Amino acid sequence: MELLLNLMINGLATGMLIFLLAAGLTLIFGLMDVLNFAHGGLFAWGAYSSVWFYALTDSFVVAILGAIVTGIILGFITEKLIITPVYGNHIQQILITLGFMLVLTELLKVVFGPNQIPAKTPPYLAGSWEIGDVIIIKYRVFIIVVGFLIFGIFQYILKKTKIGLIVRAGVMNKEMVQTLGINIKNVFLYVFIAGAALAALGGALMAPYSGVIYAEMGMEFAILGFIVVVIGGMGSFPGSLLAAILVGLAGSFMAYYVPSLSLAVNMMLMAVVLIFRPQGLFKAKG
Amino acid sequence: MNTMLKVDGVHTHIGQYHILQGISFEAKEGEVSVLLGRNGAGKTTTLKTILGLTPASKGIVTFKGQDITKKPTHGIANTGIGYVPEDQGIFGALTVEENMKVAMRKEDEVTLAKQDYVLNLFPDLKKFWKKDGGHLSGGQKQMLAMARAFVGNSQLLLIDEPSKGLAPIVIEKVMEAIMDMKKHTTIVLVEQNFMMASRIGDTYTLLDDGKTVQSGLMQELIQDEQVKRKYLGIG
Ligand SMILES: Nc1ncnc2c1ncn2[C@@H]1O[C@H](COP(=O)(O)OP(=O)(O)OP(=O)(O)O)[C@@H](O)[C@H]1O
Ligand SMILES: [Mg+2]
Repeated sequence: MELLLNLMINGLATGMLIFLLAAGLTLIFGLMDVLNFAHGGLFAWGAYSSVWFYALTDSFVVAILGAIVTGIILGFITEKLIITPVYGNHIQQILITLGFMLVLTELLKVVFGPNQIPAKTPPYLAGSWEIGDVIIIKYRVFIIVVGFLIFGIFQYILKKTKIGLIVRAGVMNKEMVQTLGINIKNVFLYVFIAGAALAALGGALMAPYSGVIYAEMGMEFAILGFIVVVIGGMGSFPGSLLAAILVGLAGSFMAYYVPSLSLAVNMMLMAVVLIFRPQGLFKAKG
Repeated sequence: MNTMLKVDGVHTHIGQYHILQGISFEAKEGEVSVLLGRNGAGKTTTLKTILGLTPASKGIVTFKGQDITKKPTHGIANTGIGYVPEDQGIFGALTVEENMKVAMRKEDEVTLAKQDYVLNLFPDLKKFWKKDGGHLSGGQKQMLAMARAFVGNSQLLLIDEPSKGLAPIVIEKVMEAIMDMKKHTTIVLVEQNFMMASRIGDTYTLLDDGKTVQSGLMQELIQDEQVKRKYLGIG
C-alpha cells in the first residue's frame, strides 16, 4: 500500500514536470504548426536560473519567478529571432531549433560552468509527512499541486477568455482566424512566450526534485515531452496533461517492477497509441 | 452608387503557378456582384487575393478608396471585409456561440444588434447556440459562416458558393438570407448555381482561365444565350 502510493506520487510528480514542458510544445505545434526542438533548452534555462536566483536571494519564490521571467525573455527572443523566419517550413524548423537547442545548452555551460550543480529544496518543502506508516515526500506533493494549479489556470484561460477562444480557433483553422480580423502573429508570440514560461517553470521545479542540474537535462526531458505530445494528441492541452501523467506513472512503476523496461515503456506507450489512435488520445484539430 | 471594392488588373501566383492573369471588376455599394465561371476559373483565388490570403503579385485592390493590396489579411478584414469561404471554415470544436464570438471585435451595442439581426435571419443558430459547430448540418454551417462574417463589422461580404452541396429548399433559405443581408452590406458572391446567381445578382463578372472575360448587368447576361452556353455550359 505504502509502496503503491509512493510509486504513484513519484509518477505523478514526474508526470507534472513533463506536462509543464509538453503543454507549451503541444500548443506551439497545434497553433503555429511549429516543431520546436529548442523547447528543452528553455526547460534547462529555467532550472539554472532558479538555482542562480535561489543562491542569490535565498528565496524559493523569487527563484521560481526569476525562472519564469527568464523563460518569458528567452521565449520572446526565440520566437522573434529563430521561429519567425521559418514559419511554414518544417525541415528548416527542425534544423534551426535543434541548432538553437545546442546553442542554449552550450551557453549554459559557458555561463554557469560545465559541471553539475547541486540544487537545494527550500526548508519548508523539504522532508516528508508520516501518515501512519506511510511516508510522503513533501516536495513531490508540491510539484503535483503546482501542476494541477497551472493546468487549471491555463484551462480557464483557454476556455473562458477571448484570447483563449482565439487560440483554440487558431489551432483548428489559422486562415479563418485571420480573415476574422485577428493578427495571428501576435497570438503566436503570446502562445510561444507562455509555452516558454511553462517550460522554464518546469525546469525550476525539477531542480530540487532531482537534486542536481546539468546542461543536457533539457534535451533528455524534451524527448519525454515530444512523446507526451504525440500520445496526448498534438495541440490538445488536456491531452498533454493526461499523457504526461500516464508517462510519469508508467515510468515510475516500471522502474520499480521491471527496471530493464523503464526507458522503453514510453516508446511502447507511444507505439500503442500511434497504432490504435494515431491522432492521439485527444483530438484538437478539426 | 459608390464603388466599394475595385479589383484592377490583378495577377496572383501560387508557388510557381500563375493562377490569376488579369482580373478586374468593381463592386458597388449595396449591390450583389456575382463572380461566374467554370470550375478552376479562379473565382475562389480572386476572393483569397482580395483578402490577402494569396496576395496579388501585380495589380491593385482598392476598398473604400484605400489601397489594400499589400495589407496583411487581418488588416484587410479589419477595414470591413468579411469572408464566407467555400468550405465554410467553421471551428468544429467551438460552439455556435463561440464561433460568433471569435468574429466579434467588441461586444458593443452595434455588434449585439447585428447579432440579433442575424439570429432572427437564421433561427436555427439560436436553437443550436451551445452546440458544437462541427455537429451542425451542412446548411446550418453555411448559415453560421454567413452570420459570423456579418457580425465582424463587415461592410463587404465575400461569399464563396453558398449553395454548394445543399438541398434546394435550403438553398432557397440561404438565398433569401443573402437578399436580406444585402440591405445592410455590399456582397461579392461566387455562385455556380445560375438560377440563384441570376435571381440575386445585380451585376456579374465572368472569369475564365484566371482572366476577366466580361462584366455587366445580370439582366443582360440572362438574355445572352451565347455567352451563357460558351462559359457556363447552360442555356
Ligand atoms: N494552392 C494552390 N496551388 C496550386 N494551384 C492552385 C492552388 N489553389 C488553386 N489553384 C489552381 O488555381 C486555379 C483556380 O482555382 P480556384 O479555386 O480559384 O477556382 P474556382 O473558380 O474557385 O473553381 P471551383 O468552381 O471549382 O471552386 C485552378 O486551376 C486550381 O487548380
Ligand atoms: Mg472555388
